[in-house]
Amino acid sequence: MDFVQMRGITKIFGKVVANDRVDFSVKKGEIHSLLGENGAGKTTLMRMLYGMSVPDEGSIILNGSPVTLKSPSSAIEQGISMVHQHFMLADPMTVTENIVLGYEPRKGPFFDRKKAEQQVAELSARYGLQIDPKATVGDLSVGNKQRVEILKALYRKCDLLILDEPTAVLTPLEVKDLFAVLRSLKEDGKTIIIITHKLKEILEISDRVTILRAGKLITTKNTAETDAAELARLMVGRQVQFEVQGAKPVAADAPVLLEVKDAELRRRGMQLLSGLSLQVHAGEIFGICGVEGNGQTEIIEAITGIGQLSAGQVLLNGQPVHKPTPTKMADRGLAHIPEDRGLRGLVADFSIRDNSILGYQRSRRFSRRGVLDKKAIEMHTRQIVSDYRVKVGSIDDTAASLSGGNQQKVVIGRALSQDPDVIIAAQPTRGVDIGAIEYIHQKLIEMKNAGKAILLISAELDEVLGLSDQVGVLYRGRIVATGAPADFDEQTLGLLMTGYHKDTEKEERPCLETLHSAFAKS
Amino acid sequence: MLGNAAQRVCKVLKSKKLQTSLLALVGAIVVSGLILALSGYSPFVAYGAMFSGAFGGAANIADTLGTATPLIFTGLAVAIAMKGGAVNIGAEGQLYMGAFAAALAGAYGKDLPMVLHIALCLLAAFIAGGLWAVLAGGLKIKLGVSEVIITIMLNYIATYLTDYLTTYHFKAEGMVVKTKRVAESAMLPTLYPHSRLTVGFLIAILAAVILVWVLRRTVFGYELQAVGLNPFAAESGGVKKGRQFLLTMLISGGLAGLAGACEVLGVHGYFMKGFSPGYGFDGLAIAVLGQNNPLGVTLSAILYGALRSGATMMDRMTKIPQDFVGIMQALIIIFVATPGLVYFYRRKKKKTAAIHKGSETAPATTEEV
Repeated sequence: MDFVQMRGITKIFGKVVANDRVDFSVKKGEIHSLLGENGAGKTTLMRMLYGMSVPDEGSIILNGSPVTLKSPSSAIEQGISMVHQHFMLADPMTVTENIVLGYEPRKGPFFDRKKAEQQVAELSARYGLQIDPKATVGDLSVGNKQRVEILKALYRKCDLLILDEPTAVLTPLEVKDLFAVLRSLKEDGKTIIIITHKLKEILEISDRVTILRAGKLITTKNTAETDAAELARLMVGRQVQFEVQGAKPVAADAPVLLEVKDAELRRRGMQLLSGLSLQVHAGEIFGICGVEGNGQTEIIEAITGIGQLSAGQVLLNGQPVHKPTPTKMADRGLAHIPEDRGLRGLVADFSIRDNSILGYQRSRRFSRRGVLDKKAIEMHTRQIVSDYRVKVGSIDDTAASLSGGNQQKVVIGRALSQDPDVIIAAQPTRGVDIGAIEYIHQKLIEMKNAGKAILLISAELDEVLGLSDQVGVLYRGRIVATGAPADFDEQTLGLLMTGYHKDTEKEERPCLETLHSAFAKS
Repeated sequence: MLGNAAQRVCKVLKSKKLQTSLLALVGAIVVSGLILALSGYSPFVAYGAMFSGAFGGAANIADTLGTATPLIFTGLAVAIAMKGGAVNIGAEGQLYMGAFAAALAGAYGKDLPMVLHIALCLLAAFIAGGLWAVLAGGLKIKLGVSEVIITIMLNYIATYLTDYLTTYHFKAEGMVVKTKRVAESAMLPTLYPHSRLTVGFLIAILAAVILVWVLRRTVFGYELQAVGLNPFAAESGGVKKGRQFLLTMLISGGLAGLAGACEVLGVHGYFMKGFSPGYGFDGLAIAVLGQNNPLGVTLSAILYGALRSGATMMDRMTKIPQDFVGIMQALIIIFVATPGLVYFYRRKKKKTAAIHKGSETAPATTEEV
């Protein structure tokens, strides 16, 4: 029998129909994926199941009897819990305090901390969610914070766990750990719903998958009977090109356009870059893969001139750049797609028009003697909007009003429209959906074929391997291996990325435990 | 062209910011009226007296605009700092520094032609006020001390420093602690006889217009606002954050300094201990009411000027004490600062929609490729 049934659910926000007569059901003890592009209505549907909003039409049936879920607490009473994409944790409090919050064990009028810590320790041992109950949440990694959220749900005795984009913030190893945990939860009889738009993960973890598109239910399928291509087609509504096509090989005599020599960076006693060197040729995409926090941000900042190196050089077109600044680098033909568009890429409250020249406001194209050329800027913005198919109401709307994919198109359009020689593309597809990913990849290949040198830094291994001519593995501020993508299999890469490999065996091995657990399961 | 202008006006009228300010104003007037009524006064008589005091005749209007002059400057000072991401609570201190510098330049720079002499005094005031603010900005950049605290503290230092200098080094003959009278060539010409309204008012309007242009049309204004809204993106976009911050402070402090100069050169003719009734602090309220928009700030300052000059008339014609205006001003600020009171419901709805948009949902029909 179906554990959860949502029948004919309709939800309307203003003029937007977020859910249109959606029927959705989940069986007891299964892992069920909810797939759809950004804006397809997945989260809206789940928020109604978690009592955060009430459907305009339709009914929710739990274990055969209809329920009204007016608030999250009524959902929790019914055994439903949700882990949000943005964690709802109190950073200054301990793991235990966060988990028991609202349902604290008491000794008389007082909080029974000992008992709480014991309960948390038991729970974490039971499901293999290793965590120190006394640690402060603010000090934890993202992956561990997620564990706290899951433990919180388990502590509240949930039978149904909803996870909203749980892997969006995790490193590949953390994803493996998470999936192991989800499997053990399933063995224990819990039911799990995962909201996601990552196809590979669905195929790996879930039993069934439901696809939403533009607020409507498309279909529900058994995962075993489908594949990535079909899922993508159902989600987007048309055939999706996975393999990048039409990439030209790098010419044998292609000059080196970007070079980093022996980059060293020490900051507050930390060695962030230690002798990093790399070369990118004209017409080449050089991909960097590595676990986040191994020097990606630092090398990007050094090349783009946002930060300075302690030692070493950055060379553009063979010329060393003395004390690089963002303006100097832009003038010499470097374009930057920042890794975090919200932080470094866009001024959210500026109009799209103003954002379209950020970084080039002093260029002669857009200003003379300090006075902005409004006409030129408007033409430029309209050009980006039409060339990069940015969906905007008006170019005077703020950047914040755009969806993630369209924001990223503005950032990319701005960088590529300056006809740069060298492109630093950091996380170019983070947080954008499949249609936009496909388009952005195609643009990068176009640029490569036009003879640009592209340095690609991405947390998505598939993206790096799929697009790059050369791959460099970054570990502890240094490139520990380079080669063509075909030279690496996933296991070798995983080992290299965590510093545990025969060539680097003499290095410290801090991640040994994680590695063991990761590979013992695979 | 005309249609364009009409469109623009429509857009301005529809803008949320203007609505907030206007609603706040109406709210404040209504609540103040209730307070008056509850205290046994007739709000209509009171408001009538205030209005005629502020606008009932050329002399009254002149007085209102004259009172508004320093307020326009301090309002602009606070607003431009806000736009650039700096919180300048130190307009009062910068005003004192500027006033003192203008008084000295006016008294000791003799035998200059009028235009030059006035320009020299204004420049001295701008630099003195500006550097006083840059001091706070520099401490923030070098040592990471919050400019909020530093500017507040510098108010006291500026007030007492100028007080000390006047008392012990530049005191004019007589009982009152004040500097020597400025030369006739440094006095701002009055626009209406026997009133506070001088050329200073026109300079203030000019400053507002220039600021609008700078913010809208120049690279400098673009970068200033970029730093104010997202310093990290600005930095990636080649803006030198620290330098920009100091320039913002310089302009902000300079404008506050001009407020002091106009008082000295237009109204008093000398620097006097404690001459400002808190123009610098009123600047904060005016910037908030004007939503940091130079034109909004100008209108708000004129409103504040009207309240001040209207209060005098109300005091004379009714039994309501002048201090009542303080209540009105406070209410205006409370209403502007808490648009939630006005927009609570609407905002809540919007927020829910925004949350949906951030993670999911949103216009399903107008999404992506």
